Parts: sequence; C-alpha cells; structure tokens
Amino acid sequence: MVNNNLEDVRHQDSICTNEAMVQHPFWHNLKYMAVGIVFGIVFVKAEIISWFRIQEMFRLHSFFMYGVIGTAVVVGMLSVWIIKKFNLKTLSGETVKFEDKSFNKGQIYGALIFGIGWAITGACPGPLFAQIGSGFAVVVITFLSALAGTWVYGYFREKLPH
Amino acid sequence: MLEIIRQPWHWSIAGLLIGLTVPTLLLIGNKKFGVSSSLRHLCAMCVPANIPFFQYEWKKEIWNLFFVGGMLIGALIASKFLHNPSNIVVAESTKTVLYQYGITDFSKLMPTQIFNVANIFTLKGFAFFVFGGFLVGFGTRYAGGCTSGHSIMGLSTLQWPSLVATICFMIGGFFSANIIIPFIFKLF
Repeated sequence: MVNNNLEDVRHQDSICTNEAMVQHPFWHNLKYMAVGIVFGIVFVKAEIISWFRIQEMFRLHSFFMYGVIGTAVVVGMLSVWIIKKFNLKTLSGETVKFEDKSFNKGQIYGALIFGIGWAITGACPGPLFAQIGSGFAVVVITFLSALAGTWVYGYFREKLPH
Repeated sequence: MLEIIRQPWHWSIAGLLIGLTVPTLLLIGNKKFGVSSSLRHLCAMCVPANIPFFQYEWKKEIWNLFFVGGMLIGALIASKFLHNPSNIVVAESTKTVLYQYGITDFSKLMPTQIFNVANIFTLKGFAFFVFGGFLVGFGTRYAGGCTSGHSIMGLSTLQWPSLVATICFMIGGFFSANIIIPFIFKLF
C-alpha cells in the first residue's frame, strides 16, 4: 500500500511538491519570503490566527472563517483556470505543472486527527508560525510538538493504514 | 490610510489575498502552495534518523522554509506596526460559552488565560500546547497536507481527495471544539 519507491520519496503523501526544474541562485528564495511576509500580515490583520476565530467557526457562531476560506478557494480556482486556459508561464518561462493527487485512507484518518488539533491549538501549521511571530512565545511549544508529531508519523508511517 | 489598515480586515480581503497566493507561487517559481510540508523539511533537515520518509533532498525544498519564515516576519511586522488596540470582536454566543470556561480576556488574538508561559508545566498547558500541537503535526502529515495544501491548493486544482480531507478536517474540528475542548476544561 505504501509506495516506498525511493526516487519518489518526496512525493509521498504530499500535495505540494516542488516541480521546478530550473536551478536558481539562492537569493531567489527571497521571493518566497516576500510572499510569506504578505501572507503573515494578512493572517494577523484578518485575525485568522486567532484561537477565538477558530472556536467561532467550529461552533457555527460566525461566518468569518467560512468567508475567508470560501473566497480563497474561489480565487484559487479561477486563477488556476486562467493559468491553464492561457497556458501562462512562470517567471523563468517554465510551463506551470499540475499533478493529480491520488487518494489514500490517510486523507481521512490524518485529516480527522489534524481537525481535532486545529480546534485545540486554534492553528493550522501556517498560523503556528504567525502566532509565534506576533509574540505568543508559548506557541513555540506547540510548534515543537507539531514537529515531533510529523517525525513520529514518519517513524510509524509503514505501520499505519493508508 | 494607515488607520484603515490598522482595523481588522474584512474576510473577503483576506480570502482574496490568500487565494492569490496560489497563482503567485505558481508563477514566480512553479511552487505549490502548502505550509505543513515545512515541518517535514525541518525533520528531514534536523533529525532524519534514517527514516525513509525523511530521506530526500530537503535543500530543493528550501523555498518553503523561506516562505514560512516570511510568515513569521510578516506577523511580527503586523503586530508591531499595524496593531489594532481594541479588543478582538468575538461572537457573543462564543463568548458566553468561553466565560463558562473562565476565558474572560479578549484583548489579544489568543486567550492569554490559556496561551501563556506560566501554563507550560500545567496539565492544561500540556493539553493545549503539547497534545494539540502533536495532533496538528501528525495529522497534517498523515493527511498529506493541511488547510493550505488540501483545502486551498487542492480544491483550487479540483482534487477530490483534497475535498475528502477538507471535510474530515471540519468533522475533526467540530468534534474537538464541541466535545473535546469542553472536556479538557472540565478536567483542568
């Protein structure tokens, strides 16, 4: 069940692998940092990283988070459609690649487990970084624990149902 | 202008900007939007321990660590310079529930009565930081992605497994917020 083809190890259970073939100098990474900075500002200013917003969402007391995620998905879908339709190229002239995701049961079990943690911590992995950045030092513990969780998954991966 | 930016932003603005991250990352370098992978890269970088899952060239994925590093910096900038001095607006119905658990401070984005350093060595702290964080790291990797990779990137590219994952995120969250969290508060 678990595909352990070593050449493909990075793609295992991951939707977001790096498809770029062009090699860039190191400073190119600053582009991604810039996108991250904007993203972090949005997270704080729209209060998406707030534990309170997550409680509201999972108690159906507020539309806010549904509005955020819903809008993001619609904008993302339209953008991807436009990229495909007009065959837009990357800055370095590459064709944008999309890959289909295959189903495995981890997407059910893992997602349920993550959902439980999401409500408790008030954070998905993105907001964890932003919570630390906004000065909630104690979230470093949550973050280290999340790292440990990822590591333990890697350790037991072959024994887990997929 | 600065006054407007200081106010909490509307959900549509946030949704628009988050959605635009998808084409931005694709067009500036063929990168797939996803955050939880960064945790895997950090494991691969720091403690691979001969585990096959962590034996890959993490250096090729270093952009992802720059991206999440940027998020941390962006959050710092927003909190320092674009700070909203008022209390966070929380739905009355949520407030009523939280009052029962002793959460009365709504001045910060996080409830300081839970998320403070003094709680690190308490059972409550263990439940909220250590247990909660572990589930986030374990669950996202087991699911192959988080809210960004599955719910936004995956749904944007019409991947049905991502829809399954998103539905399960929500089920887990509803169960946790309405059953597990009240239980944690009852215990500690």
